[in-house]
Amino acid sequence: MSLLNTPFWEVFLASFDPAAWKSLVPAIWETLYMVGITCVITLVGGVILGLILTVTNTFGLLPIVWLNRSLSAVVNCLRSLPQMIMIILMIPVARMILGKAYGVNACIIALAASCIPMFARLVESSLLEIEKGKVDAAKAMGSSSFQIIFRIMIPETLPSLIRGFTVAIIAVISMTALAGNFGAGGIGDIAVRFGFQRFQHEVLFAAVYVLVALVQLVQFAGDAASKILLKKRHLI
Amino acid sequence: MSKPLIEARGVSRVYADADGGGVEALLDVSLEISKGEFVSLIGPSGCGKTTLLRLIAGLDEPQRGEALLDGVKIEGPSSERGYVFQHVNLFPWFTVEQNIAAGLKARGVYKERKDDVKAFVRLAGLEGFEKSYPHQISGGMAQRASLARALINDPKVLLLDEPLGALDSFTRFALQDIILDLWEKRGATMIFVTHDVDEAIYLSDRVVIMTPRPGRISEIIDVGFERPRHRNDAGFMKLRASILEKLNLVGERKAPEYFL
Ligand SMILES: Nc1ncnc2c1ncn2[C@@H]1O[C@H](COP(=O)(O)OP(=O)(O)OP(=O)(O)O)[C@@H](O)[C@H]1O
Ligand SMILES: [Mg+2]
Repeated sequence: MSLLNTPFWEVFLASFDPAAWKSLVPAIWETLYMVGITCVITLVGGVILGLILTVTNTFGLLPIVWLNRSLSAVVNCLRSLPQMIMIILMIPVARMILGKAYGVNACIIALAASCIPMFARLVESSLLEIEKGKVDAAKAMGSSSFQIIFRIMIPETLPSLIRGFTVAIIAVISMTALAGNFGAGGIGDIAVRFGFQRFQHEVLFAAVYVLVALVQLVQFAGDAASKILLKKRHLI
Repeated sequence: MSKPLIEARGVSRVYADADGGGVEALLDVSLEISKGEFVSLIGPSGCGKTTLLRLIAGLDEPQRGEALLDGVKIEGPSSERGYVFQHVNLFPWFTVEQNIAAGLKARGVYKERKDDVKAFVRLAGLEGFEKSYPHQISGGMAQRASLARALINDPKVLLLDEPLGALDSFTRFALQDIILDLWEKRGATMIFVTHDVDEAIYLSDRVVIMTPRPGRISEIIDVGFERPRHRNDAGFMKLRASILEKLNLVGERKAPEYFL
């Protein structure tokens, strides 16, 4: 059913028909799989990278200026690439690591390469906002740098880290849809194949609903989690 | 005087200010404090009291001179030097009890000394508020909690940076007695920063008067009075008058140095 020869209203109704969802449902699972794995990788990689960026800066806990500068330069390089170019660039890398250059797992590499640096910067900016007095208090009671990182810096900034991660997840979702074009499957792939190549606009509509719902859900969960923490600390 | 426990030898600390110049927060300051002594630092805002305390705590380094503890150069923070901050500095994501226990956990002795946490909660008069978060308790309670948090590590020296500055006078008097009591019982050496002349005389063995720009010690006064002290004694009043005079706070009303 195409918008070119069918009224909007009919396409809209058809988008709720099980027929429109037949090929979409498996694609949703593919997307969730990709988003899930990429988010885990992004979370771990981004937190580690963001922490290193924070503690090694000149005023940080363990200043190592050369490391900070070089990591920062790498992060900037990765972040300057548009996501589509990153996906194309990572094709040979995926072939090297996985033996094949297409498919879900190959795209996860590109997604992670693009999202880790982005989330790392968000983590860094949260951690840099930490009140210096809290770190001093921890130092004065004899805490090691390791304890300060895990018992002070991360708990203190957790609400804002959660908000940053929410932003990152949403970026992953949108990039996953893009990766669909490059053999990763998922909702993006369905949207292009049915909505663009076959003019089955009811499927395109359905794909849009799923993406919107997903993003809303993530944003809602992220907001709620950070709100609960702030409430507990009586900061709101 | 026996060998000093804490010693500052000609410490200087310059901060860069906004227009590229330097603020001499401390210039060539020397001070010796013996074990078990209660010393107050007093002086106008910006005379380097916090700066000196931070150097002794090891949170900052002097650009010249050195600070020593037991004759050993202080090269970083340690749990033997407890610090109560000018601005209450409890960890908002911990309960009162967890805040007080934080020092034990930092040193990895929490398991053995779990019962101490209860004792310090009681000492700080915070029974019933163990599970409260810092924002749910009053300013006085929060300051008692930070006192307990610093004391639980059994520091050789307790550095107190205007711990009572933000409190009303009722709470303030009560806490002064709590601090004295702790000092007498636990025998920790105290370095106490204050703006309040009465408080300094009431609490200390010696009062160190500091002057700003550059931050220096102008005079050290021995307070010889018997304890417990009475704020309305003739001697107390006389000493207060003489310290106020030294701080230029009495006499003719001067034109203010700055306007709001
Ligand atoms: N981190 C800093 N950066 C720049 N200047 C500083 C810094 N800390 C202190 N100063 C300056 O050093 C001087 C001494 O500061 P300090 O905090 O030691 O004063 P203080 O005696 O504790 O004052 P107050 O009674 O108001 O707390 C001040 O002029 C202040 O502006
Ligand atoms: Mg101060």
